[in-house]
Amino acid sequence: MAQYLFLTLAALSILSALGMVFSRNPVHSVLLLIFTFFCIAGQYVLLNAQFLAVVHIIVYAGAIMVLFLFVLMLLNLNKDTEPQKSTIWRITAGIASGMLLVTLVGALRGGLQVAVPENANVEVGLVENLGQVLFTDFVVPFEIAGILFLAAMVGAVLVGKRDIKA
Amino acid sequence: MLEIVRTVPIDYYVYLSTILFVIGVFGVLTRRNAIVVLMCVELMLNAVNLLLAAFSTYLSDAQGQIMVFFIMVVAAAEAAVGLGILVSIYRNTKSTDISFLDNLRN
Repeated sequence: MAQYLFLTLAALSILSALGMVFSRNPVHSVLLLIFTFFCIAGQYVLLNAQFLAVVHIIVYAGAIMVLFLFVLMLLNLNKDTEPQKSTIWRITAGIASGMLLVTLVGALRGGLQVAVPENANVEVGLVENLGQVLFTDFVVPFEIAGILFLAAMVGAVLVGKRDIKA
Repeated sequence: MLEIVRTVPIDYYVYLSTILFVIGVFGVLTRRNAIVVLMCVELMLNAVNLLLAAFSTYLSDAQGQIMVFFIMVVAAAEAAVGLGILVSIYRNTKSTDISFLDNLRN
């Protein structure tokens, strides 16, 4: 059962990612990317990382992609007339990324010996366990992430302002 | 042990993440709309996130999933600043086509 779910979600996510790259209309790209993110959230649920799945939906589908959609609508770019790169450039990019795929798969194929621990803790992805680790071992990076968010917020406001009085 | 750990080898997750990452690279190389390029970067980040979460579950080690949270933090900050920059570029050039952004070339 789990492997069929995995294969279905994997096929759907790959197809919608391809659709995102190839669709002419940026709004369709955004919607297909949101669908890809939902498929990835399904993978997280399969991996018993429920908290990660919920945070993924909230942060990506709820915040980041809405921001993208909002900017697209604000700039009025929801047209099908996006200029394309030249055919030779597209073929070159296809060959280059195909080579990257072949290289990565060839380098990683068969070399993975993951020893699953016998007394594996199935509840590693639940809120209690993650919070325990986050607020003990990773409390300094957590605080630094807060500072990063503050800096990003200030930077976004500063960049977005129309004219800055000196 | 989880059913997924018994029935799906970790290699499948590696292949899935690799394919998603390569689709993101292809999108960055071929698209001309800067917003779609940023979206492709998000897709690449997500491919890496998926692999980190998969290894975290297979090794039953929570640190991988914590790392996914920090990647999400960086992605959110990047999206906010990147879109802010894009809006201000659009205000100056009236387009988000990355082919026109070659002012530093000469």
